[in-house]
Amino acid sequence: MVTEKAFLSRSLSCRRQFLGSAGAATLALTSAPALADTVVKLLLPGGPDERPMTTAFPQKGALILQRTRPPLLETPFEVFDQSVLTPNDRFFVRWHWAVIPTAVNVDTFRLTVHGRVNQTLSLSLNDILALPRVELVAVNQCSGNSRGYFQPRVPGGEWSHGAMGNARWTGVRLKDVLDRAGVKAGAIQVRFNGMDEPVVEDAPDFMKSLDIDHARDGEVMLAYAMNGEQLPLLNGFPLRLVVPGWYSTYWVKMLNDIEVLDQPDTNYWTKTAYRIPDTPRANIRPGETDVKFVPISRMVPRSFITNIKDGDRLQAGASTLARGIAFGGDSGVSRVDFSSDGGKSWQAAALGTDEGKYSFRQWQLRFAAPTRGDQVLMVRCTSSSGAAQPDTPNWNPSGFMRNVIERTAVVVA
Amino acid sequence: MVGTLLPIALVVGIAFAPFCAQAERLSLKSVNFDLPPGDGMFPSGPGADAINNNCLACHSADMVLNQPALSKAQWEAQVNLMRTVYKAPIDPKDAGAIVDYLVSIKGVK
Repeated sequence: MVTEKAFLSRSLSCRRQFLGSAGAATLALTSAPALADTVVKLLLPGGPDERPMTTAFPQKGALILQRTRPPLLETPFEVFDQSVLTPNDRFFVRWHWAVIPTAVNVDTFRLTVHGRVNQTLSLSLNDILALPRVELVAVNQCSGNSRGYFQPRVPGGEWSHGAMGNARWTGVRLKDVLDRAGVKAGAIQVRFNGMDEPVVEDAPDFMKSLDIDHARDGEVMLAYAMNGEQLPLLNGFPLRLVVPGWYSTYWVKMLNDIEVLDQPDTNYWTKTAYRIPDTPRANIRPGETDVKFVPISRMVPRSFITNIKDGDRLQAGASTLARGIAFGGDSGVSRVDFSSDGGKSWQAAALGTDEGKYSFRQWQLRFAAPTRGDQVLMVRCTSSSGAAQPDTPNWNPSGFMRNVIERTAVVVA
Repeated sequence: MVGTLLPIALVVGIAFAPFCAQAERLSLKSVNFDLPPGDGMFPSGPGADAINNNCLACHSADMVLNQPALSKAQWEAQVNLMRTVYKAPIDPKDAGAIVDYLVSIKGVK
């Protein structure tokens, strides 16, 4: 177990970055031989909830195998207890289509910027590296993170909570790239396409669009590095879009085409897929009809206990450390509250270093579980925009945007 | 966890400074990797040939096997989504067999 002292040392920026990569390397080395036999149980209601661990993917350590092709790889939850930045080799992976270039030449790669612009650009990676460099720590979370906990269950990637990660992204502002091309009057959206392709030719290529004002807000980035290193192939090498505060469906990987549109994007992935009920918390009753659906967009607050697992035994009356991570979604973390009695009473947790409003924020506190028997630990994040996690889960047919207060059942003895 | 964290504590003090300096000189290197084929078949049973022949070109079997139990209507909707939206070239005469196979291994009991 990591000590309280480690919580403080983890808040030193450079040290933490190093800790992340070194920790991952060490884990991969020590745990690789046993992996073929290693199965993780995700405790999904109704099952099946066993998944193999895998080290079969390039530049990746031990991850939970949800799908081999196209890859869906989940970060094992204990990784979130080890550092505020998720190491690159443990960062989750999600692809829509199976034709993924496995070789990328940095000398011949070009990013094309075209459409409603004054001049079409064909930028080399050196051109992009020469633009002003920006850095941002931000959470990248799948729209369907934690889908496996929806009840009634819904089809899709049956993730536990590990379809998310937090990284320091380095790259250039999308605005700077668009300004070089010169956006013409009448531009309304910007569409992003990566090098991945469907197996079947007439299937819809994966593309996403942002409104022009969002694209030019100075925060949306083209990242060429995460956590100080080039992106792993499976996280979008050599370039990926970073859309802070928005779900990762917008964070287009292997980005090589940017098109400025003067009409709303009608491609399937922007117009039809990744839609949520236009209701509070994207919540509807199963079977409910006549619901208006809108594109998913901003993330909502979440928090997790990372050092105590479901089924752990705690000693009654003993001072016990609880710690974990929280994020505000589209804004920072205002507070994190903890309950050791199933939500009857709450106490405020101490927050770790603020790495920026789009980052995970570590939290911790000490508590003493007073009564013996089954008990439920809970943690609740309130964002700096005032949004708090709800007590009841949301439901929608795609399994998107879960952010209920999570429960960790323990036995106090 | 103790075993993995101890060595890190020893290394951090030494390697801390050089790592931060390196972050200033980022150069990108070409990559060339193989991905696992994901070529496992569906468990045998009536309709297994239909699902193996029609579905595995686009995706491996494992995610399907990770799905919860779904109703026949839900499985029909999934197969229909694959055909109409994702353009899976499923032979129409196989679609029913695929749905029946999915209901047999992953149907609501």
